[in-house]
Amino acid sequence: MSRRTVLLGHGAGGRMTAELVESVLLPHLGNPALAALDDAAVLPELPPGRPAMTTDAFVVSPPVFPGGDVGSLSVTGTLNDLVMTGARPLWLSWALVLEEGTDLDLVERCAVSAGRIARATGTAIVAGDTKVVPRGAGDGIYAVTAGLGVVPPGRQVSDTTVRPGDAVLVTGPVGDHGATIMALRHGLETGDLASDCAPLADLLEPLWDAGIAIRALHDPTRGGLATVTAEVAERTGLQMVLEETAIPVRGAVQAVCELLGLDPLELACEGRAVLWVAAEDAGRAVDLLRANPQGSGAAVIGAAVERPAGGSPVVLRSRSGGLRPLDRLSGSGLPRIC
Amino acid sequence: MSGTDRFHDPAVVAGLLERIARAVDALGRPVTFMEVCGSHTHAIAAAGLRHRLPGGVRLISGPGCPVCVTPVGYLDRAWALAGQHGAVLATFGDLMRVPSSRGSLELAAARGAAVRIVYSPRDALRIAEENPGRPVVFLGIGFETTAPTIAAALEEAERKGISNFSVLPGNKVMPPPLAALAGAGDVAVDGFILPGHVSVVTGSGAFEFLPERFGLPGAVAGFTPADVLRAVEALIGMLAAGKPRIVNLYGRVVRPEGNRAALELMDRVFEPVDAVWRGLGPIPASGLGLAPAWAHRDASRLPVELPRPVEPPGCRCGEVLRGTLDPPECALFGRTCTPDNPVGACMVSSEGSCAAWYRHERWTMEGTA
Repeated sequence: MSRRTVLLGHGAGGRMTAELVESVLLPHLGNPALAALDDAAVLPELPPGRPAMTTDAFVVSPPVFPGGDVGSLSVTGTLNDLVMTGARPLWLSWALVLEEGTDLDLVERCAVSAGRIARATGTAIVAGDTKVVPRGAGDGIYAVTAGLGVVPPGRQVSDTTVRPGDAVLVTGPVGDHGATIMALRHGLETGDLASDCAPLADLLEPLWDAGIAIRALHDPTRGGLATVTAEVAERTGLQMVLEETAIPVRGAVQAVCELLGLDPLELACEGRAVLWVAAEDAGRAVDLLRANPQGSGAAVIGAAVERPAGGSPVVLRSRSGGLRPLDRLSGSGLPRIC
Repeated sequence: MSGTDRFHDPAVVAGLLERIARAVDALGRPVTFMEVCGSHTHAIAAAGLRHRLPGGVRLISGPGCPVCVTPVGYLDRAWALAGQHGAVLATFGDLMRVPSSRGSLELAAARGAAVRIVYSPRDALRIAEENPGRPVVFLGIGFETTAPTIAAALEEAERKGISNFSVLPGNKVMPPPLAALAGAGDVAVDGFILPGHVSVVTGSGAFEFLPERFGLPGAVAGFTPADVLRAVEALIGMLAAGKPRIVNLYGRVVRPEGNRAALELMDRVFEPVDAVWRGLGPIPASGLGLAPAWAHRDASRLPVELPRPVEPPGCRCGEVLRGTLDPPECALFGRTCTPDNPVGACMVSSEGSCAAWYRHERWTMEGTA
């Protein structure tokens, strides 16, 4: 029994730590750079382009959910952050902070998921670490990552390049991840709900290959579509006009939102991107996205326009035809009571 | 496809707006209607209705947000229960960020108080069941909509013998403040858009006193844009005809007599008490206290030391809740008081007038195609 439970000794750096790394983690993450277990991974020379680097921490509760777990979420989230800069991801680090008493099966499950995503995307987890904190000082399992990639020559993604007239696209239905986690936390049946957690590189790479002018690119994680759109609007000084009827939202997500008093446009996605592209490229971009099953729900959801004096950064045309400002998420998105 | 889609139909909404414009023209004077339900405040703002109604129709928000009308003293008592009795506080999420004399419950939690957000009183009961050694206090706020579920949780606690579960009663009922507002000289209202959810419990009959005593019309309405606009149209129609009464436009869920089972449940557990409403002050028989038979589960009977209640200086939530001040007229609005850092309760909940204005009304829609 105790062999399958995280003990403080697993983080002490001695024989137990080595056993944890070698029997629970390495078999699933394995690659030559990591297997060397040196103090740092020494890597091949970078391909041409500008290096891009990111870091992220994952503390999701519950750690396992329909569509993923902390392992897949942490690797996916880190890779997607790199992809949002136009980079091709190459390598990751993956450190775990484990709470004493956590089930080692959970730790192994997360390692399996992390390794699977890395292999599927042609990337590698080349550095890692494991620490154990006393029971009560953490919540099961936290993952902390860094990611390194390279932006190939000629690619330039920057919010400041967005122009009036550009189209706003989303690669699929929004709010799946956030709605799934909220439903689980509140003991609702998840039914058809599942996180959309998925790497985005393979979905977006064909757009670059086809010469689509992607001006800005964001993954609507915390704060959802509403927040990333507001951020781009604020940085550019433009107004984003979104069409509520064009924004794809699954029925199950809508239902959870109505039940809990949440807005699907403020819920996190973990496998979607929001793109700003030149208007003349929008149709082609949607076709290319829809050619991949992961992008089958892709749609043009709005456009960037000059912002009128005193106008809201983001305006939503509601399904009843009214216009309303769409603000970024404030605080933690607390549910309403009636 | 949701069953309420037709209530969002742009053609239906545009048609209603046109009819309302003609009706208010024919009436020959501007009208002001008050809604007294946080979900209406939210729905009106979210559909952008205020921008689309003709200039002669003004909608104002009354004391319909349960969080906003909860007085500072209630939150001070909750803080004290956590600090002085080691109670686990179980609360609806909206209450977390409301300022008290010492700060919000969010701050209390950060300082080590055990505060848990729940979606229903039953979740709070489960926490009590799982922590038999600790008092668990549910912060019972809301109107007639939450009161029956709180009563049900108390009865269940009794049945199951869960002795560490209690309620800090703060529930309020809607008719008395409406009577207070209708009778107040400084609140110029031509009619009320009546709360759909509350009316499911109380029945539309509970508001008959508005035409009878005050000559004011009322329309019980649902929460889609078309529901709200139909209520506005009906109110103007009654004013034009000079025949104020209560109409039930939410007949798909509201009956004149209300929900008997829920009302009986409330009667078994609660009794009317005088209550303080933030912004309106004390109103007789406007609150629900626990009946004497439930004294052993009444957290307000636990002795605590309370600070002198401090209302945030400069905050004009009171006038906003009376409908005598639009949020932007408050000097704090959007400057020191924002949804990220609320000074007054009306900025906390998305149902609050100030938060709804901040999110939806502080921009112009002029120039957006």
